[in-house]
Amino acid sequence: MRRNGPLALIFHAIFVIVMLAPIVVVCLVAFTPEGYLSLPTNGFSLRWFRTIANYPEFVHAFWVSLGLGALSSFVALLFAVPAALAVARYRFRGRDALAALFLSPLMIPHVVLGIAFLRFFTLIGMSGSFPALIVAHVIVVFPFALRLTLAAATGMDRSVEMAAISLGAGGWTLFRRVTLPLILPGVVSGWALAFIQSFDDLTMTVFLAAPGIETLPVRMFLYIQDNIDPLVTSVSASVIAITMTALILLDRFYGLDRVLAGKSDAGR
Amino acid sequence: MSAVADTTPQGATEERSARAPWALTAPALMLFVGVLLIPLAMTVMLSFHDWGQYKGIEPVFILKNWREIATDLYYAEMFWRTFRIALLTTLITAVLGAPEACILNRMSGRWKSFFLLVILGPLLISVVARTLGWALLFGGNNGLVNKLLMSLGLIGTPLRFMFTETGMVVALAHVMMPFMVLSVWAALQRLDPQIENAALSLGAGSLTIIRRIIMPQIMPGVLSGAIIVFSLSASAFATPAIIGGRRLKVAATLAYDEFLNTLNWPLGAAVAILLLMALVLIVVGSNALIERRYAEAFR
Repeated sequence: MRRNGPLALIFHAIFVIVMLAPIVVVCLVAFTPEGYLSLPTNGFSLRWFRTIANYPEFVHAFWVSLGLGALSSFVALLFAVPAALAVARYRFRGRDALAALFLSPLMIPHVVLGIAFLRFFTLIGMSGSFPALIVAHVIVVFPFALRLTLAAATGMDRSVEMAAISLGAGGWTLFRRVTLPLILPGVVSGWALAFIQSFDDLTMTVFLAAPGIETLPVRMFLYIQDNIDPLVTSVSASVIAITMTALILLDRFYGLDRVLAGKSDAGR
Repeated sequence: MSAVADTTPQGATEERSARAPWALTAPALMLFVGVLLIPLAMTVMLSFHDWGQYKGIEPVFILKNWREIATDLYYAEMFWRTFRIALLTTLITAVLGAPEACILNRMSGRWKSFFLLVILGPLLISVVARTLGWALLFGGNNGLVNKLLMSLGLIGTPLRFMFTETGMVVALAHVMMPFMVLSVWAALQRLDPQIENAALSLGAGSLTIIRRIIMPQIMPGVLSGAIIVFSLSASAFATPAIIGGRRLKVAATLAYDEFLNTLNWPLGAAVAILLLMALVLIVVGSNALIERRYAEAFR
């Protein structure tokens, strides 16, 4: 294979700098010792991270986001694992249509989903409640949970299952002792990716989040709409740090390239 | 979607039980019908309802909202702006993302995976945080971007980025770039590097190789990336709302305004449904075009 020429490397360097610039700037400004937006030229300070504690709405929103992400990803898997096993193993009428339906939340603009959920939950009298938020997030993260579980279920070695069946295992025992452990890496990564999607979602959630159950992105968005100050950069930097931690865990567990390759088909 | 169709069931012949797959998918199916399909149908219905400042939503069947969108030029202008921004964003990601994917592909193992992580990682970082970064970089007349461009002598007077379409396109292109790089990258993985060497050995120059060998082969990747980027940009919310401010509206931010500020839900629903239909038509249409074009090319 041919090497990159100097021009290509200059292009690459500028490209990478531009891709990283906004993220780096947010993290740098978060450490400013000044009372206004500025790069920390006179040393670093943690004052704006400490200020977060004085804004209980951000702290509360963080816990809402964390609980919502963890719960909705778990519930999504409860539905996605059996569905993935069915799609991976059986060829039945309507299989492709079902798979398309299950992946459809990827293709519907989130603003449309937000409106549909708001209308639905208002009509059934559940609007502004935490359970409504969970149900909505289950739908949105379902495709991510399904994809990774499906990949694991498809690539699984079926002979182990056959052996277990020949030894008399069946039903629940077969699933719990043989099938689930074999697809577990896919299930855990599916959970992690679903969690990140839920944790980051703004567009759909902004329609459903009532005061008291605002998620962190919604709280940040509403705050930014009024004014941009160093406080919101330190909150953003914390969010970036959490996502990075999840990313590294995901990379260790499963390989980030595989997760992202699965995501590449997401928009189709 | 293709990944699902590719997963041919291995034990399909052994398992003839017709009920098992339906029993396994029934919970998810019921969930999707109950909480996705029914709400979507309700939203379509909502767009035909009447609304008044004092009477609220009236469940009747009228075409008022659709007529307003069709006749009021404000909406035509707003949709035109939405799709113009999406198109420009798509062009920028294609022109810059495709060469970058090629450069990445030529790197050696370690560097390749490192930079792939650097470029694709932002995909999973909150869009609010990424857009906030651009708001900081743009920041008024003495923002970092303007300082840099002026010190390089590229511009004489500071450009306005905040609350302009220029700023929206720049920030959106950054948010969407990983999707394009990923899509072209996937196309490159299916490509045989020996073809390039063959062209080289036959005396082709660098430009000829790019134009005659690389371009035609990565084109399907660029086009499928373009479809993803276009549909996500046209329905983007966070970036246009933060960079565009309250006055420069696109479809998603207008629908949000109708729902949560004006409280005219039927009109907001009509805008959202129109956006959904337009996107479905554009995506399905261009997919069909691409498939026909490349079915002929590979015959």
